[in-house]
Amino acid sequence: MKALTFKQGIHPSYNKELTKDKPLKNAKRPEEVLIPIKQHIGAPLDLLVKKGDQVDLGQKIADSESFVCAPIHASVSGKVKEIRKVTDPGGNTVDAVVIEASAEEDEKLVSNLEKHQNLDNLSPDDIRKIVREAGIVGLGGAMFPSHVKLAVPEDKNVEYVILNGAECEPYLTVDHRVMVERPNAIVFGLKALMKAVNAEKGLIGIEDNKMEAVESMQDAVADETNIEVKLVETKYPQGGEKMLIEALLEREVPVGGLPLDIEVVVNNTSTAAAVADAIREGKPLIERSISITGRGIESPCNLIFRIGTKLADLVEQAGGLKENAAKVIAGGPMMGAAQKNLDVPAVKGTSGLLVMLADEVEDFDPDPCINCAKCVDHCPMYLMPTTLIKYAKNNMVEKLEEYQILNCIECGSCSYVCPSKIPLVHYLRLGKSQAMAKRREEK
Amino acid sequence: MNSAELVVTSSPHVRSEDSVPKIMWSVVIALLPAFFASVYFFSARAISIVLAGIAGAVISEYIFQKVRGKKITITDGSAVVTGLLLALTLPPTIPLWATFLGGVVAIVIGKQVFGGIGHNPFNPALIGRAFMVAAYPVLMTDWAVDGVSTATPLALMKSDGIATDTWRLFVGQIGGSLGETSALALLLGFSFLLYKGYVNWRIPLSMISTVFLMTFIFGQNPVFHIFAGGLMIGALYMATDMVSSPTTKLGRYIFGIGAGVIVVVIRLWGGYSEGVLFAILLMNAAVPLINRYTRPRSLGEVK
Ligand code: SF4
Ligand code: SF4
Repeated sequence: MKALTFKQGIHPSYNKELTKDKPLKNAKRPEEVLIPIKQHIGAPLDLLVKKGDQVDLGQKIADSESFVCAPIHASVSGKVKEIRKVTDPGGNTVDAVVIEASAEEDEKLVSNLEKHQNLDNLSPDDIRKIVREAGIVGLGGAMFPSHVKLAVPEDKNVEYVILNGAECEPYLTVDHRVMVERPNAIVFGLKALMKAVNAEKGLIGIEDNKMEAVESMQDAVADETNIEVKLVETKYPQGGEKMLIEALLEREVPVGGLPLDIEVVVNNTSTAAAVADAIREGKPLIERSISITGRGIESPCNLIFRIGTKLADLVEQAGGLKENAAKVIAGGPMMGAAQKNLDVPAVKGTSGLLVMLADEVEDFDPDPCINCAKCVDHCPMYLMPTTLIKYAKNNMVEKLEEYQILNCIECGSCSYVCPSKIPLVHYLRLGKSQAMAKRREEK
Repeated sequence: MNSAELVVTSSPHVRSEDSVPKIMWSVVIALLPAFFASVYFFSARAISIVLAGIAGAVISEYIFQKVRGKKITITDGSAVVTGLLLALTLPPTIPLWATFLGGVVAIVIGKQVFGGIGHNPFNPALIGRAFMVAAYPVLMTDWAVDGVSTATPLALMKSDGIATDTWRLFVGQIGGSLGETSALALLLGFSFLLYKGYVNWRIPLSMISTVFLMTFIFGQNPVFHIFAGGLMIGALYMATDMVSSPTTKLGRYIFGIGAGVIVVVIRLWGGYSEGVLFAILLMNAAVPLINRYTRPRSLGEVK
């Protein structure tokens, strides 16, 4: 099978060996969880519990009437100790429900979701409802409410549901493990997603550095006539939604548009597994998998943790930080966010915890741009990063728009290749916020 | 380890190994074969000329930055590249003081007055050379091989219609500037840069092809024209100067074609026998314009 790909992009060191052969294990049940009550892109939620309440595992603790949102469930049984502000891994200050876990023996899953062993009796609407009620968001890190992606407008048709198993972020091996260990759940989830949007075909794109996952998924789809596993080249950011679509179908998502505009819906492979769990086991999204990795952690591993577990608890279960650990990143090295401290809860979108050693953390003193155009030559969105940051620094919003700054996916390829070590993404974000501000004003 | 000491910076958290000094010193390495060839063909005098050029560039950069209270950047290799490149375009009989001065002008006028590395619109080495052509026209056209003055192949062609043997042109056994003469040595170094990913091939490819095609169309010997004079060193090492060339792929083709056309126009119909210097400088001036009109279509954009 020939590996497909998109144009441009980069080849960083992948470092997946650290955890790729470590089976998923359940993390220790935490004594306390901090569950931020906004873990999605969209409208804020209303709290359904208050201090002192007893909550059960899987009980809904926050929800809203808005369409673009995903409810949140208790990830342990116990008592609501308090509601307080916490910093989430993205650096936002959010309200969180702090639950003190009760004795593990008393814990049982309560859920308002019915269990369905197959999809025959479920309508597309039923599936969307389950996905919504289960609080499922994009587990690749974007945290976009999954049911919203499944709401296809009347005038649109979906040809393909693509499962994203590229996992192009260096170090991370979560999707890899889920594909190796739970291929049937992924395929079940994919079929549910296909049914929800009435798509004829399903594709699963996997990078060619994960052949074990490729074989596992191929076995699982052997009897499926309309689902295919596709090999994609190991190249960053192959797992970007637009890059994956470009590689598999040679279609371009229009600027400012959605994959839906070109008859495609993309979901992460782990998201598909979560959908299967919601349908078959009636289990809302109360846990997810994470790779705890990097040279700065004692025993790198892949864990399944309860949403809201503190990073410190996870670090401890991976043997703790090494002596000269210097940076802790929620997510991967390309798009992850560096953490100030470990009292932060891991959330629905936290797919990795990367610990870097002091000698890996360079203190860059940027040189002037030498116009080498490496950033231009590697940008997967065909932007001109060097030009964009000059406009961003001078707040030239019209130029930023003309040069399509809002099409930047913040993948970091430009910063990665820049020989002058200019923090391009930092300025690109600045430029994007300038352009967004102008859009809002115009409305 | 205390978590209060965690480093927090924005993503990405890993960077490639490339750096400005690495790129610049690689260019120096790439120019070594041409340098050795010049020593072989023009004896030890080539060494003094190259050293004078580099000294002029590096010392003036140091003094300029010292006086202006700026960060000293002479170790990044860019001034060395400028001095070396300039020296390699000079005739073997050039006095050392003139070479030194050329290096000074290249750095001070060609680079530092614009704000230093990254800010120069023109290739500094070419500015140095342009200054020398204007200031010392006689010294700049005194060519010699093995101590015997000869005219360059291009001059011979222009005045007497004499074509030099192509193989001698290719290896460099001809009258000409120090490093211009051996296309073989220049290509060797260029392939090293290409392998490192430190140079773009679109400009030299389009520039050389343009010269080849145009001279062919106008009934000249195209092989002669691409190996003669400064075309190789200009196309491979000067037109490709990152700072003063376009950032878009299409732009690089346009830049190369434009420079190629100007070279041929000057060579065939102009007053000079060689046109590479002005061709590249003129195209340097057009870079902002070229960049503006060749912005690539972003993914999913309807232009
Ligand atoms: S400009 Fe944006 S999309 Fe392009 S490489 Fe940089 S971060 Fe990625
Ligand atoms: S990669 Fe860095 S130095 Fe090169 S053009 Fe882009 S911003 Fe400038």
